[in-house]
Amino acid sequence: MMALMIAIAIGALTAGGLYLMLRARTFDLVLGLTLLSYAVNLFIFFMGRAKIAAAPIVSGKAAPSLANYADPLPQALVLTAIVISFAMTAVLLVIALRSHAVTESDHVDGQEPRS
Amino acid sequence: MMFWPDLIVLPIVLPLVAGAVLVLFGRRRPALARWISLSSMLALLLVAALLLIQASNGETQAYLLSNWQAPFGIALALDRLSALMLMIAALVALPALIYATGGDDQRGAHFHALFQFQLMGLNGAFLTADLFNLFVFFEVLLIASYGLLLHGGGAQRLKASIHYISFNLAGSALFLIAVSLLYGLTGTLNMADLSQRIAQLGEDRALLVRSAALLLLTVFCIKAALLPLNFWLSDTYRSASAAVAALFAIMTKVGVYALLRVTTLMFGADAGPAADAAWPWLPVLALATLAFAAISALAAQHLGGIVVASLIASAGTLLLAVGLATPASVAAGLFYLVNSTLVGAAMFLLLDRIRLARGASADRLQPALFDSSRIALGSVFFVLAVAAAGMPPLAGFFGKALLLQAAGTTAIAAWVIVIVLASSLLLMVALSRGGSVLFWKLPEPTVAKETGTRAQARYPATGSVMAVAVVSGVVTAGANSARHAVAAAGAGAGAGAGADGAAARLSLTLLLLMIMSCSVFAGTLSGYAHATAAQLFSRQSYVGAVLGARPVAPAIDIRREMRERRARQP
Repeated sequence: MMALMIAIAIGALTAGGLYLMLRARTFDLVLGLTLLSYAVNLFIFFMGRAKIAAAPIVSGKAAPSLANYADPLPQALVLTAIVISFAMTAVLLVIALRSHAVTESDHVDGQEPRS
Repeated sequence: MMFWPDLIVLPIVLPLVAGAVLVLFGRRRPALARWISLSSMLALLLVAALLLIQASNGETQAYLLSNWQAPFGIALALDRLSALMLMIAALVALPALIYATGGDDQRGAHFHALFQFQLMGLNGAFLTADLFNLFVFFEVLLIASYGLLLHGGGAQRLKASIHYISFNLAGSALFLIAVSLLYGLTGTLNMADLSQRIAQLGEDRALLVRSAALLLLTVFCIKAALLPLNFWLSDTYRSASAAVAALFAIMTKVGVYALLRVTTLMFGADAGPAADAAWPWLPVLALATLAFAAISALAAQHLGGIVVASLIASAGTLLLAVGLATPASVAAGLFYLVNSTLVGAAMFLLLDRIRLARGASADRLQPALFDSSRIALGSVFFVLAVAAAGMPPLAGFFGKALLLQAAGTTAIAAWVIVIVLASSLLLMVALSRGGSVLFWKLPEPTVAKETGTRAQARYPATGSVMAVAVVSGVVTAGANSARHAVAAAGAGAGAGAGADGAAARLSLTLLLLMIMSCSVFAGTLSGYAHATAAQLFSRQSYVGAVLGARPVAPAIDIRREMRERRARQP
């Protein structure tokens, strides 16, 4: 049940992110990429298997195996991934703002599409 | 030969420290910044040369970062391929940096710091033996490249940056999904360990591991400019300033390197359920990339378009060599890689000189007068065009010939031969069209009444120089190329004018000399390429070296000391 819920959450975030990314407006693009990175972070996190009430730090109480503890590595990976995607989103936002100031358009091509 | 065990980590640490210092001094002391950047670059070149000598004995050397036993910590590994890539990166970056010191580096803030960080990302990606660490170094080189691409500013660069960044962010997301999927399946991120565990996976995991493999390959193909994923490239490279575009010539090769590393190590013929994950998609799409590049070269309205198309064509050729996945084809690809990277970088620098010399017409394919140095620029263009199209006597020809020879034994040999030859021909046509319009055609007399006579007087001279170059190009081969090199170096020395002319002359001359030496020392280079391919296909040496590396015994045993201290206390 939990696996299904997680899968649905990741799928919904990815779908929303992709839809927003394809809208070709810089603000939507940034939002879309953010949603996509949330989906990816969740995915990384649960690749260490979903575990409730288990610490990732080995203590003396139980034998050090993955049956008794949560896998610490995906947690470290997800931390790295969050920091990187956060920084990248910030860079993209600054450039999008600058582009809007220069071209006076929030389209990703810097000009409104001719229709 | 082993110089110093910690030498392996220097290609990452050196640019990191130089970059950090440059962030502090870069703005206030521009002259000092140039010196720091150049001396770090020269030191890096020296380190790369030492590592190349160290790696050429055929042993893979592992280096355990923070002294953690692999596969638990992050390991670096140096084999022939890594050493070769480090060397090429340094060889391309040096002329690009010299070119930038001609004045381009002052058009925006922090050029030198970003340049060093980019080098750090590149070198790290070439050295790491950990898949997640590879992702981190990809991000380092990408974020530096975003800054470098924007260097100089302007609406065109902003637009290209938005496309480039968003495309690469989406690619990074795929990279993370692929990496974590592999971790979920195998429980490791160390590439040597992955190589063993993927081969041992059961058939019930075949679908998952193959999808992870293909996702990973997709990400690398974005970087390596495979056909449906390369539409970001044209705008990005043409908007970037010359030195940056020249450095970016190595960026597509990072994708090729990563592809080569993972396909030989993790998804090769003996990889159990993930065996030959890239076949037949990679070679077929690589052929499509070649065809696309040839057609877009013919359709180009600017010289920049032709240069970008020739870069995409070289990427297609390399991907084809990787995709055919035989030791002979990979060796041919590595041989071709050296030459094509240098030619690509030189082309972008020359493109900038041509744009400057032609003023308002820039690089549009229409007749226009040159402010200066038409003959010199034309001669350099001729040499580079010969190298880019892959004609003898330059090394691009040998690379393609070796590749065709290697393709002879594979299932799609006929397609490979037809498309590689046809695309080379079309590229040659496009390059000669570009060259003759730019350098031989005169503008309409009404436009150029005053200067027309002067240009006409010089016109036969240009023609004779080119004719001599053609004759000598056809006649010379092997040892005679050395004379050619001197002539071309002289031509390079004539290129460019103005305040930044000296730096441009020096960097183009350096690149031309390197391209010439690729064909003079073709035997040595091809021997190295074959040895590299052989090493790549016997993955046990890499796996054994990385997993067999033992941590250094600690100088102080902290645990024992703690125990003793506790015992001494009451």
